[in-house]
Amino acid sequence: MKVFQFTEQPYPEAWDKHEGSLRVNLPNRLLDPAHAADLFHRYYDEWQLADELGLEIMINEHHQTATCMSATCVVTLAVLSRITKRARLLVLGYPIANRPDPLRIAEELSTIDVISRGRLEMGFVKGVPQEVAVANMNPVFQNQRFWEVHDFIIKAMTSHDAPFNWESENFHYRHVNIWPRPYQQPHPPVWSTTGSKATAEKLGGLGYTMATLGTGYGTRPIYDAYRKGYMEKGRGAPPPDRFAYLGFVAVGHTEAEARRLGEMVLAYPRTSGIVHPPFRNPPGFLSVGDNVRILKGEGKPRSYTKDGRTVNMAKGSVQDLIDAGVLFCGTPDQVYDQITDFIGHCGGMGNLLMMGHAGGMSHEDTVANLTLFSKEVLPRLKEFRQPAPEEAVAAE
Amino acid sequence: MTAADAGKIRNVQVSGTDLELNEWGSGAPLLFLHPGFPLGRFDPAEPVLKALAKSFRVLAPTHPGFGRADAPDWMTSIDDLSYFYLDLLDALALENVVLAGASFGGWIAAEMAVKSTARLSRLVLANPVGVKFGDRETRDFVDVYSIFDKEIAELGYADAKIGTPDLAAASEDMLFHIARSREATARYGWSPYWHNPKLKTRLHRIDIPTLVLWGEADRITRAGYGKSYADTIPGAKFVSVKGAGHYPHRETPDLFAEAVTAFAAEKTRELA
Repeated sequence: MKVFQFTEQPYPEAWDKHEGSLRVNLPNRLLDPAHAADLFHRYYDEWQLADELGLEIMINEHHQTATCMSATCVVTLAVLSRITKRARLLVLGYPIANRPDPLRIAEELSTIDVISRGRLEMGFVKGVPQEVAVANMNPVFQNQRFWEVHDFIIKAMTSHDAPFNWESENFHYRHVNIWPRPYQQPHPPVWSTTGSKATAEKLGGLGYTMATLGTGYGTRPIYDAYRKGYMEKGRGAPPPDRFAYLGFVAVGHTEAEARRLGEMVLAYPRTSGIVHPPFRNPPGFLSVGDNVRILKGEGKPRSYTKDGRTVNMAKGSVQDLIDAGVLFCGTPDQVYDQITDFIGHCGGMGNLLMMGHAGGMSHEDTVANLTLFSKEVLPRLKEFRQPAPEEAVAAE
Repeated sequence: MTAADAGKIRNVQVSGTDLELNEWGSGAPLLFLHPGFPLGRFDPAEPVLKALAKSFRVLAPTHPGFGRADAPDWMTSIDDLSYFYLDLLDALALENVVLAGASFGGWIAAEMAVKSTARLSRLVLANPVGVKFGDRETRDFVDVYSIFDKEIAELGYADAKIGTPDLAAASEDMLFHIARSREATARYGWSPYWHNPKLKTRLHRIDIPTLVLWGEADRITRAGYGKSYADTIPGAKFVSVKGAGHYPHRETPDLFAEAVTAFAAEKTRELA
């Protein structure tokens, strides 16, 4: 099992200064560049520590937001590929359908893969809806563009003998021949995220690593859809390393200490939805059926606890989110039990994407959280015997 | 909607694409192109169609992607729609057509007229969009996707109540159409936002009498936009409409129909 340390590289000092929106239209005068520099350096230091502690690394990008200063994943990847030694470098993700130049994406990611000597994991995502207002790419064709850019990047990374041509409605190139080509062959592993069973089945067919976020004890049906798509291509049951799950993690020597950290790490789900409402649902981003439900005032699906209770990630208590399998929080023993119980629910899950820092959590608290987790929980998770893939399929 | 309120709705195939076409009345043909709706929908029972049908054979299509009929994958721009409707005129062998479009429909109509006026006699543009007059840092249209529905209704209508769909009372079918309209408006007009950068330099090609009707309470478009539009089309008349905003065909349907009918009846030399 692999565990990836993730933070959004936030600028929490602006979080109480917004007027209903932390994203897209929050004035950037609220950011002090000198303080932002301190924060970036601190976050890189903490990822270096994660590298030394035996954790892997996950990074991402968002735009025009105080919740995440990483506006281009490539900058973070470039720094980390040089200053870390062994950790896998997962970007989850790169919102590839929002970029106007996929050739540049293929070049950037190949270069990162070479500099890091083959440590890149390429997560391609459609991105959250509010990114559309910034990128200004047509949300109606987001999905179609996503798969075209995916096809282009894979072809660019795997073509080695002559330039190729690409002329579609969206993109036009006559001489594609990237230098450097990627370190890993045929290309760095591909990941993606979803909450939908239809997309999970498609990702299964492709055999990519699939991650979900906030799905808690409602994760299993999405994983099972992946298993179906995976096996329909004539493969056996997918191994646990095809599955990833993003969970919030807070570990303490005592339960009280862990819960104090848990409150802080939950700053992420409690703020990530604060955005001017019209930016949350650009036209065509969701299906017509989903929009009809929104017009009727029907809410979004919530996370589910083991006993079927719904929990709102933005408002739930520490205990609610522990029950929902969204937050793993407690002493090392408790956290180990929570994670392994959740893996059982999933029928196997080989990549924990651990948000071990969020919001205003201090450097000292973050170091303590990562260190205790790595010393007391990680070795046991590495030893843990995942459910056999065939058992998960038989249980469907 | 009862049969008496609506015209005859039929599905026609144009260049291999399904089109919902609503027909009313008899007489000289008038093709009415509805606006895109970020809020609400095009209703085939719009009162303006009945008012126009007193004088015309009204043909009012629901643009592909807006109603039940899907847009084909290749149809992604107003340019595509303009060729598609020129194909419709060919397919129906219509001559001397009065072409009237509102907002987004006005943009389609202008894009048709710069390509060919062979089957057209008159062009009526009601609060059309589609041309960029502002500089690169000045939007000509409010970004409707960045404001609340309530604000769209307030900026788009003289009387915001007329532009506010009653979602609580709406049927599933109505909600479907509202969601489709919002999506389809973005399909064709997301970026460049509600305009074709080339259209301004092509408007001089329009060689038929043209009327720009302007609902004067329109605050979706920048002040002076309608006058600039009329000034760019050779010989175009500009008439402002009181009591209406961005959608005069909907807020003042009788006035709209009267203005179109009177304009169509004017002799060409009177317009010169």
